[in-house]
Amino acid sequence: MESILPYLINGVSVGGQFALIAIGYTLVYGILRLINFAHGDVFMVAGLVMVYTTTAMPFYIALPLVCIATVALGFVIERVAYRPLRTAPRMSLMISAIGVSYLIQNLAFYITGGVAQPVVNPIPWISDNITLFGQSTKRVTLVTPLLTILLVAALVYLINHTKMGMAMRAAARDFETAQLMGIKINSVISMTFVIGSFLAAVGAMLFFTNSPSVTITSGSMPGLKAFVAAVFGGIGSIPGAVVGAFIIGLCEELIKGLGYTTFSDAFTFALLIAVLCVKPTGLFGEKVTDKV
Amino acid sequence: MSDPILRVENVTMQFGGVVAVDNLNLSIDPGQIVALIGPNGAGKTTAFNVITGVYQPTNGAVYFQGKKIIENHPQGKMKAQYKGQNAGAYSHVLSPTPDKITQLGMARTFQNIRLWKSQSVFDNVLIAMHCRRHSNVFSATFRLNRKEESAQRKRAQELLEIVGLADDRGELATSLPYGKQRRLEIARALATDPTLLLLDEPAAGMNPQETDDLTEFIAQIRWDFHISILLIEHHMDLVMGISDQIYVLDFGKLIARGTPEQIRNDQRVIDAYLGVAEDA
Amino acid sequence: MTSEKRKKLLTLAVLAAALAACLVVDATLPSYHIAVKVISKASVYMLVAVSMNLLNGFTGLFSLGQAGFMLLGAYAYAVLTIPVAKRDSVYQYFDGGLLHFSLPEIFSFLGEDLGTLVGMLAALLVGGLLAALLAYLIGLPVLRLKSDYLAIATLGFAEILRTLFQWNGLGPITNGSNLLKSYPTFSRATSYVLLAGVLIFAVVLLINSTYGRAFKAIRDDEVAAEAMGINLSHHKRMSFVISSFFAGVGGGMMAMYMGTVAALPFRSSMTYEILLIVVIGGIGSITGSIIASFLYIFSSEWWLRGLDSGTFLGIHAPGLFKNGFRMAVFSVIIMVIVLFFRRGLMGDKELPDLLGRRPKKQKKEVAGK
Repeated sequence: MESILPYLINGVSVGGQFALIAIGYTLVYGILRLINFAHGDVFMVAGLVMVYTTTAMPFYIALPLVCIATVALGFVIERVAYRPLRTAPRMSLMISAIGVSYLIQNLAFYITGGVAQPVVNPIPWISDNITLFGQSTKRVTLVTPLLTILLVAALVYLINHTKMGMAMRAAARDFETAQLMGIKINSVISMTFVIGSFLAAVGAMLFFTNSPSVTITSGSMPGLKAFVAAVFGGIGSIPGAVVGAFIIGLCEELIKGLGYTTFSDAFTFALLIAVLCVKPTGLFGEKVTDKV
Repeated sequence: MSDPILRVENVTMQFGGVVAVDNLNLSIDPGQIVALIGPNGAGKTTAFNVITGVYQPTNGAVYFQGKKIIENHPQGKMKAQYKGQNAGAYSHVLSPTPDKITQLGMARTFQNIRLWKSQSVFDNVLIAMHCRRHSNVFSATFRLNRKEESAQRKRAQELLEIVGLADDRGELATSLPYGKQRRLEIARALATDPTLLLLDEPAAGMNPQETDDLTEFIAQIRWDFHISILLIEHHMDLVMGISDQIYVLDFGKLIARGTPEQIRNDQRVIDAYLGVAEDA
Repeated sequence: MTSEKRKKLLTLAVLAAALAACLVVDATLPSYHIAVKVISKASVYMLVAVSMNLLNGFTGLFSLGQAGFMLLGAYAYAVLTIPVAKRDSVYQYFDGGLLHFSLPEIFSFLGEDLGTLVGMLAALLVGGLLAALLAYLIGLPVLRLKSDYLAIATLGFAEILRTLFQWNGLGPITNGSNLLKSYPTFSRATSYVLLAGVLIFAVVLLINSTYGRAFKAIRDDEVAAEAMGINLSHHKRMSFVISSFFAGVGGGMMAMYMGTVAALPFRSSMTYEILLIVVIGGIGSITGSIIASFLYIFSSEWWLRGLDSGTFLGIHAPGLFKNGFRMAVFSVIIMVIVLFFRRGLMGDKELPDLLGRRPKKQKKEVAGK
């Protein structure tokens, strides 16, 4: 128990970070039925922006800037790469997402020169060491799950109790009918990207303060994992994404704790495939039926 | 008397709490044209989907050429929910996929035309013969099946001539006008070499002239192809003109069966249809 | 019928011209020349792109597992062809590895050159067969999933495979996280083009056979295909297995091209790259995949090189044209194609369709009058 505890704590923390990214995937999928492959790269860009801004200015100016920049990026991506394809087949949309991911990575390579950007204590208070249940850990480990729960609660409130939330639910249920009922579908979609990117920015700040550097592919694995979490929980469902993220974060850290670090990624995917074989639309996913 | 070609026995189809088809019994003798009519939402297409294997019935069995091909009984959650009849009558589960049923000799058309949209008229018919191939993937790839291939091409051309689409063979299937698309669907179904043809509203969207032509055409293919036909249709002229037997469904229940003459004078049928007219 | 014949002849002429061009390149340029390199690489990519198109474009199954099957093919090829004498140095951390034979040496009774060639081809075949076998095994559970779920499950399998091959527990065969090297490779571009060409020809034959037509029917309308007696799971699995076979062989050729094998390059980004090629060429067009592979590799590896090294098209701007600019520009071009040329370069047309265009137009004019 003693030895497993730090991994459990870490697992909850990693799960929280995955959850913040996974919500971005699941929100977009819920409405556009699109796997937003670029989301992991948006997450990476947030990390890069954090590195650049925190070295140039105090963190209380830098962090809001990171959020603004990331949100702007998410907004622009939707505007430029997805909106023109609104009537195109879903495959085109997904390919556009892959193209955007490729573009962001290559642009980031050009800007960084392909050099890993070191992360040097960007947010002072949060990286301090604290003692938790007799284990020494960084404060961010404790902050992450709390902040995640807070943000998810706020999001759930937004979706269930505001007009915009209602529009989002309607659009997720039936895109075309929602449009016919006078819902401004474009602003709803923009809003989903804004929310998703904002959460990814927060996730990135928490994730990268804990990591030594940001490289252009830093977003791929967390992005893919978060996506797996979203699929795991049943893509399109917010509680599903959060639960999936925590399960995957915990499992992954426990696998590491058992000494199989090499297999932590593989295990995540194996778990996903196993779940899909039993429940083809994830844990909380809705069953879809073809009308003949 | 010979066995019926198709016998639907106590078939119930329940979706959640909704009984779409309620204890349907139906049989088709060889060479017969049987029509399934009823107001919208009566469960006709659902019955079709059960017979062709798209849906697994909740309860009941289907026999084709004397052999039982489909059987089911309420299971799991449905056990408690089941509202139909004959709950204890069946104990086996027999649930072949639609392609197996087609291979047994049943072919269908779709109410909302489902042609292969990127394929030519000719290829739509040719592809439907795939299920009667004898070649495997190697012999087909390396062209060791020339004989079969050319025989199938010849047959596809014949079928197009029969339905009157020979001139359109190179066109994209979806570029055809509506009436021709319906004919192409029939040609495609015939290409699978069926003994029973199921037509789901073959005259939907056709004008009176086209409907008359189609009526004649359906009557003709029954003789030419030695097949039986089960059809769903709303055009009463067509139904009354060619059917040997008519089954009338309303709210999933069979309310009448008989010859066109009997159905025309059946009070329950008249009520069912007038009821719909009132709603509309 | 004569127009059919004409199309055939013209197509043959174009293919012959392409082959002749490769032969000229090989005869006049040294094997380390960039032209030889890009032709070789593009040939590998065209084979893999065609294999992906068979699955994604012709059968309508959105799978993202290509890199995994390539990985399997690459390792199979390398493991089976490293000369016995060199195994000790290659597998230095694993006591010379588990296998103590190499296919080219087994076939050496055919004479040195022929034996090596047969051994290499046999190793490629084994790689393809292993990939096909894996596809067969995972096909049943995975192919039941619908579009996006299928994509992510296949992607997951590829990632699992990559982890397994990096695992030191399999080191005696895969060399763990170390490189595999010293295996024989094709030195001439023509060899790559010919081999890939022959395999692609087989795919073309398949696509135009009754099975290929059934695949297209499944892509267009699954429900109708099933209703017309096409066994969905059987045919989907068949397409998946065949596609994986060619991806496996392509992976083996990739190993040849790269000269060393490691698991790292076979990431999901490789699958994405191939998917982009398929899309640029046109989903459902073999010709498109081939042309797009060459354009993609030629421009990313060769024509746009100046963008990275300071001078491009005579413009000298080292501040702007620095490392990474090439790929940035390149990805912008790709986005433009994805957004504005949605059907790709070829749509779903093939080479003979293009060559046969003229007579068709005349026919339409006649019909118009």
